[in-house]
Amino acid sequence: MENNPLFKSGHTACAGCGQAVAARLVIEAAGANTIIANSTGCLEVFSTKYPETAWGVPWIHSLFENSAAVASGIEAALIYLGKKDTTNVIAQGGDGSTGDIGLQAISGMLERGHDILYVCYDNEAYMNTGVQRSGLTPFDTNTTTSPVGALSSGNLRPKKPVPEIFAAHGIPYVATASAGFPQDLTRKVKKAISIKGPKYIQVHVPCPLGWRHESNQMLPVARMAVETGLYPLFEYEFGVITARKQIMPKPVEEYLKMQGRFKHLLNNPGEIKKVQDVADNNIKKYNLKLEAQG
Amino acid sequence: MKEFLEGSHAIAEIIKSCQPGVISAYPITPQTHIVEDLAQMVSSGELKSQFVNVESEHSAASVVLGGSATGVRVYTATSSQGLFLMQEVVFNIAGMRLPIVMTCANRAISAPINIWNDQQDSISLRDSGWFQIYAEDNQEAVDFHLIAYRLAEDKRVMLPVMVCMDGFILTHGMETVDMPEQDKVNKFLPAYKPLYKLDTADPISMGLLADPDYYMETRFAIQETMRESIGYLFDISKEFNNVFGRDYKDLLVEEYQVEDAEKVIVAMGSVCGTIKEVVDEQRAKGKKVGLLRIISYRPFPYARIYEALKDVPKVAVLDKSVSLGAYAPVAVEVKSAFFGKKKGPKVISSFVGGLGGRDITMETIHEVFRRLGAKEVNFDFVDLKPELLKEEYGE
Amino acid sequence: MFGPLTVKPKNSKGDKTGSWRTLSRPNYLHQNCIACRMCLMICPEGCVSGKEKNAFSVDYTFCKGCGLCADICPKKDIEMVSEESKREES
Repeated sequence: MENNPLFKSGHTACAGCGQAVAARLVIEAAGANTIIANSTGCLEVFSTKYPETAWGVPWIHSLFENSAAVASGIEAALIYLGKKDTTNVIAQGGDGSTGDIGLQAISGMLERGHDILYVCYDNEAYMNTGVQRSGLTPFDTNTTTSPVGALSSGNLRPKKPVPEIFAAHGIPYVATASAGFPQDLTRKVKKAISIKGPKYIQVHVPCPLGWRHESNQMLPVARMAVETGLYPLFEYEFGVITARKQIMPKPVEEYLKMQGRFKHLLNNPGEIKKVQDVADNNIKKYNLKLEAQG
Repeated sequence: MKEFLEGSHAIAEIIKSCQPGVISAYPITPQTHIVEDLAQMVSSGELKSQFVNVESEHSAASVVLGGSATGVRVYTATSSQGLFLMQEVVFNIAGMRLPIVMTCANRAISAPINIWNDQQDSISLRDSGWFQIYAEDNQEAVDFHLIAYRLAEDKRVMLPVMVCMDGFILTHGMETVDMPEQDKVNKFLPAYKPLYKLDTADPISMGLLADPDYYMETRFAIQETMRESIGYLFDISKEFNNVFGRDYKDLLVEEYQVEDAEKVIVAMGSVCGTIKEVVDEQRAKGKKVGLLRIISYRPFPYARIYEALKDVPKVAVLDKSVSLGAYAPVAVEVKSAFFGKKKGPKVISSFVGGLGGRDITMETIHEVFRRLGAKEVNFDFVDLKPELLKEEYGE
Repeated sequence: MFGPLTVKPKNSKGDKTGSWRTLSRPNYLHQNCIACRMCLMICPEGCVSGKEKNAFSVDYTFCKGCGLCADICPKKDIEMVSEESKREES
């Protein structure tokens, strides 16, 4: 890993960036025989500013919404060249490029059954352009286009259920993961790569700048999202849940108070209750609660 | 070998001979027959390509972009709205210097929706950095695809090529075409050797962020390459003639009875066949008329047009497209070939016709020659129906 | 003719992001390390290297001082010290 780094130092991510951690873990897990198609976003911008590149594997950036389609073309070319069996193809991007502008291209890629792993780095807003809300921004989050004001408590829409949308395509593997659980992420990437067909992994990645927390708080923040039930970790195979990380649920306030993007909720028990309802629904839906040992 | 076949099918056949590794296209009238034929060929095993059925033109262009970046010859085709939907990918492809060949089956632009032929679609993408060559008939449409791959994949060029053929008129027209034999195609078109590609044996990053310190040179490089390619087109045409026995001269323009002409029409595409008929008719009556057909629209052959028309007193440019709010696109560029020069036509008149598939008949061409007089026409439509126009909106 | 187009990783040295550190940097104590490799795994820069116990180190040319390694170390064998303090050469 050190001698031939697949994601090198010297990139310009913010200090403590969850996405940088996750991106490094993903490519290290996938290995050197991987080609990446990357969407426009934080990761692309901070890792490839001419004349520098952080990537030790073949890597291409085209546009914001087409990494899944570009990856489909790469996969088709590799099949034509007889090289697909020895080469992994990863398409990756942020929550905006995945769940909003790029949703169509990914749906097409999944429907056609390409042997590609799609990784979404979910920092829950359009971070690279200045923290604007995306379809995956959680309920009541303060972003620059869903700002808190006299008339609004932030983003008033629920988080788009992207993993479920892709699981509904019936693909072999869909998983959620978190930068707060790096070994679990590595395991899931390795598992996905070993499966033939389309795969989707959505990684929750804290953003110190957009979420307003200290650079060294990435791990506790990411873990708390999972431990409150707000970011369930699960695996779907062919449209059916086969695994989930069970938790002893903590109250959502523990998570909200760690981040500036939620500070407007802290003296608002009515809104906190709504966020708690989101967590409780997840816990019920995915059966997340660890049963007490008898 | 001579065959009598539909234009679309002829294109599918020539693409089959070029053996692309990845084909991806989204159906849009009037390109559909090309892509259906290719799908049939893949399904029967005649053509060993990966055929990717995508969910939009934006993805079709992106798939061929990814395939080309992986070092494989690729193909796509579209028209009108499809070309517009893939516009940002089209610019992306040129910027990334990927030698992709696309057929544009020229069709009018919405709104209103209209599936018939004009050239608004490809002309609206003239700034993209793609070569654009316009076919007059199906023989040229076939030959130009071969030439397109040869040009695009040239190591000095590495730019994408759009082969433009008038929708329905050429795509769905039945003509006799001398279909190039495979052994001759192999002779003319060598296997594709990419300059750079996505390969785990030699990793590379493509599509980086280029800040103000780096961006402008990439544009300059494409502009220079297009300028140099004016010469390469001539060389490639000679090679083509040697192998296939068809001479496209410099691949920039065709001069049809221009030499001693007093009136010349400048046009692109299949309408030139009609214009040639009228030129023959008028010449038989002693009138000195001619046609200058533009073949290469990008790069625009300013010097060649100057050379061809500098002694012609009256020129009419017939555009099958329009730049709303300004003068017609081809006319503007033709005029600029003469600006500041010592010689040139006394009159360059501009006419727009054939939009939305309205037929340009021999009578229309006669009318254009008639209206090409001492008084310059800055801009006018031909064959307009004033009864359809009203000053105020109402049912 | 071609302009700036592609870059090979072997030709890219990266920005010296160590110059970003203003507040603190990690100091590896090399006392209780169990070589769990979590510090190496979690570093967003990938600038932690090492294999044996008490032998992990940071490339300060690139370290941005984010503090994730100190946070994740199960043995608290990494402490964040003031950037102003003198760095011991290993």
